[in-house]
Amino acid sequence: MHWVFEPGFFSSEPVHVALVIGGIAAVVSAVVGVFTVLRGQSFAGHALTDVSTAGGSGALLVGISPLLGFVGFGLLGAGAMDAIGVQRVRGRDLATGIVLGAATGLAALFLFLDTTSGATTGATQQILFGSIFTLDPSEIPIVVVFSIVAVGMIAALYRPLLLASTDTDLAAARGVPVRLVALGFMAALAVAVGLSALAIGAILSTALLIGPAATALRLTNRIGAALVAAVVIGVGVTWLGVLLSYDSYYWVSDQNAVPVSSLIVGLVFVAYLLSGLPAIRRLTGRRTVMVVTEAEEARLRGQRVSSRAAVRSDGDSPRSRRVL
Amino acid sequence: MFSSFMTNAWIVATIVAPVAGVVGFFVVLRGAAFPAHAIPNSAFAGAAAANVFGFSALLGLGAFAAAAAFGIATLGRRGRNDAVTALILVLGLAIGAVFLSSSSEYEPQLYSLLFGEVLGVSTTELWPVAGLALGCIVATLFLYRPLLLASTVPDVAEARGVSRYGMELAFLLVLAAATAMTVPVVGALLIFSLMIGPPAAARALTDRPPLAIVLSVCIALVTVWVAIASSYQTNWPIGFFVGAFGAFDYGVGRVWAAGRRSRTVRKRGREGDAPIDPSMVMA
Repeated sequence: MHWVFEPGFFSSEPVHVALVIGGIAAVVSAVVGVFTVLRGQSFAGHALTDVSTAGGSGALLVGISPLLGFVGFGLLGAGAMDAIGVQRVRGRDLATGIVLGAATGLAALFLFLDTTSGATTGATQQILFGSIFTLDPSEIPIVVVFSIVAVGMIAALYRPLLLASTDTDLAAARGVPVRLVALGFMAALAVAVGLSALAIGAILSTALLIGPAATALRLTNRIGAALVAAVVIGVGVTWLGVLLSYDSYYWVSDQNAVPVSSLIVGLVFVAYLLSGLPAIRRLTGRRTVMVVTEAEEARLRGQRVSSRAAVRSDGDSPRSRRVL
Repeated sequence: MFSSFMTNAWIVATIVAPVAGVVGFFVVLRGAAFPAHAIPNSAFAGAAAANVFGFSALLGLGAFAAAAAFGIATLGRRGRNDAVTALILVLGLAIGAVFLSSSSEYEPQLYSLLFGEVLGVSTTELWPVAGLALGCIVATLFLYRPLLLASTVPDVAEARGVSRYGMELAFLLVLAAATAMTVPVVGALLIFSLMIGPPAAARALTDRPPLAIVLSVCIALVTVWVAIASSYQTNWPIGFFVGAFGAFDYGVGRVWAAGRRSRTVRKRGREGDAPIDPSMVMA
């Protein structure tokens, strides 16, 4: 045990806070992330992280908690993207990019003012790459409140959101207010991004949002199982990252720990790569199912099914998922 | 503003803008904004490594940008392109953070790599940057026809023997080269604005690709020049101005396009009433 958990891991208060806040952020990000990946909105999710970077650095400038800045700006950014047309597929990528670019410019300005005003040292590093070991325990209640709000919104929207995410036209035909659902989802996304920005840093928070969810959706095509798998993977990599970073302090002679956020991102990437291994895919039986459904669906839609398309599809295109 | 220590900044910006304009045109056309954002971010790791281990920043940037381009094209081929892009993006940033955490000048370096440092360009770096810029533009012109075809009608292109994966990879590698040269100037996070804003505006102004490319280069040049001048005057970071003016370009383009649509509708309405002019039909 001793060389897995280096001395003091379980008795250290910063570690407790890191495990609690990191765990909560991972759960919320994983749940919201599954829908983000299903909806093909990874770019929007990432753009929100850059918007919340501006929020976090702005919050430091006026001296409030970065979490409020992350979430506040995230909500504004979600509204802005909706207003300039992120919902339409055509031009959506461009509209997202513009919001992202403008927000990063703002982040550059705020961080510049943070560092030149001298009120906060290490602002760039703290906001962008996080510092989970220096979080204040008094943040925990507000983190819990935000996470309940985000997960609650997803739970309340669950059925219409799922329908709108897999087949927008069908959802609209059945009377689901698609635009409203999308807006509600973007709000939940903004909160999730804010929480994960607090844990692993604003520009890395995409990792917790997209990584576990994309990994889970490669392992299973049942939405419930995917949600559970994403949460387990998300919390697993976060805690493992905290542990490894803590331990790494003892590995190298110069007592310089590896940044915890980088370790978490690295583990997320490894998990994603592993889920693509044929052996693991065979284990979950995902691939065979998807090839059949995609081919079937194409035939139903009266499209020409080329053998190449059938072979190539490994179930990752949004079309192929029939959860209804 | 034009004093000697600013000379390199003006020269580099003038080299960078045309590349952003040309490559950016295809970024907008292909809807490749996310890869265009992800590759510079991943390249940040290369610049950080170069800083710590003391080799040329251009080399580090180039290597990591090319690796990211290859990763996005290959991993994204089977699977969710956007999820893979997101993961490669954060992986690059995370690796960069590890490199920089062992550096003594962590904070200022981090900031200048991410948000740009126009004054940080030395005279010895000018030639490699100019060479890469020329390479990018030549490569884009060389790929021009198949890339245009693959970007607008991928199915037709594939039927004509243009490989979708090959085109994607070639384009992302050009993007990577463009990235490697622009990161030291405007920073990893903001080249992106230069590659999106001006071309989007240009596309709104005209439908003809060659004209759009020329316009896009011109708008990019003006954007970068005004950004440098504003940055010099206010002492605020150049990244802020590039981001803001990029969004402004896009906004102007949107307004113009909306105006053009309504003008076309009105014109068509008038023409519909008028009798057909035989000379027009003959022509």
